[in-house]
Amino acid sequence: MAWDRHKMAARAAQELEDGMYVNLGIGIPTLVSNYIPEGIDVTLQSENGMLGMGPFPTEDEIDPDLINAGKQTITELDRTSYFDSATSFAMIRGGKIAMAILGAMEVAENGDLANWMIPGKLVKGMGGAMDLVAGVRRVVVVMDHTNKAGESKVLKSCTLPLTGKGVVNRIITNLGVLDVVGGGLKIVETADGVTEDDIRAATEATIVN
Amino acid sequence: MQKVCGSAAEALEGVLFDGMTIAAGGFGLCGIPELLIAAIRDAGVKDLTVASNNAGVDDFGLGLLLQTRQVRKMISSYVGENAEFMRQYLSGELELEFNPQGTLAERMRAGGAGIPGFYTRTGVGTVIAEGKEHKEFDGETYILERGIVADLSIVKAWKGDAQGNLVYRKTARNFNPPAATCGKICVAEVEEIVPVGSLDPDMIHTPGIYVHRIIQGKHEKRIEQRTVRAA
Repeated sequence: MAWDRHKMAARAAQELEDGMYVNLGIGIPTLVSNYIPEGIDVTLQSENGMLGMGPFPTEDEIDPDLINAGKQTITELDRTSYFDSATSFAMIRGGKIAMAILGAMEVAENGDLANWMIPGKLVKGMGGAMDLVAGVRRVVVVMDHTNKAGESKVLKSCTLPLTGKGVVNRIITNLGVLDVVGGGLKIVETADGVTEDDIRAATEATIVN
Repeated sequence: MQKVCGSAAEALEGVLFDGMTIAAGGFGLCGIPELLIAAIRDAGVKDLTVASNNAGVDDFGLGLLLQTRQVRKMISSYVGENAEFMRQYLSGELELEFNPQGTLAERMRAGGAGIPGFYTRTGVGTVIAEGKEHKEFDGETYILERGIVADLSIVKAWKGDAQGNLVYRKTARNFNPPAATCGKICVAEVEEIVPVGSLDPDMIHTPGIYVHRIIQGKHEKRIEQRTVRAA
């Protein structure tokens, strides 16, 4: 039956460990904050200059000076600190952030990640993604296993311009969880009602045992 | 030494010229120097190179300078919210240099700190690294990125004083402090100019040495993505 985006986010939340500083990307990764397990205390970094990101505001709490990296209005917490963009990326590049959970267009079996542009079609920019994958200690990708045409997004090598080379550690898709290991990808978990064969059939990348 | 000016137009008098490079603070529409951007539009100066994380939206922020074709080149990390930008770029009317967000922030910081270049892991193995010097340190590959020194930097702060000391508020700080340092001239706009001595010296984010002119004005502070939860 596979996972929907909320189940994917809930599964990604299982990656969080107590005390972690974490950066969540735009899209499904943003939903991860709704599923932080009981007893796990994490601090969310927003690369526009904030540690300790709180939930969306109520109508009364909206503050135009307080947004996340997706430009959405948010709130602060007791633990919150603010800083400028150079300091924000100093902590990212400096390896202080334990984990980034990001969306992707393509991931390759060697850990290459493409998530910032489609030449001639979609030119939005990389934002902070290149810095995050270069600097954060562990990179987890959350994305659909296949595109709208049913083609695998988990590839032998990426076709789109890269965000980072050999940077992805784990891939969570609607079909299951795969790790980047020597020689290819290893299936570590299957989604509800999905078999390992289903994953193999939907994956262009090499699956190793 | 009088830093306080009566209007954005007055603050920009004598500093604008065609073909100049401008560094701007702001992230999305948050903390953008909206009054100075509007004054630059009104001044009509053209062929600008603008270093700014984003390019505003079609009818607000730096989008205003795109509408009037005053910008020749943008140096940005993300331009996804601006349809006119996309149109001009894809038709070849506008030059665009994508910088990873942290690289752009560090380029401004470095430029303002007298550091002409720095090595970073960000972008290694991607199109960003093409044509740039690669160097290995302790077994890791890095690329050389250049500091940015702009002819003018424009920033927005919450409060400032006549000495040019600035305090930002929440995530509206973003690129403003590094942008403030990298301009040969820095003009700041604030919501309120307060008496010298009323800002806590321990809490000043941008020391006045970086700020050459300062204005006070009313800000629209438009919200890009209004997201709420039920009360």
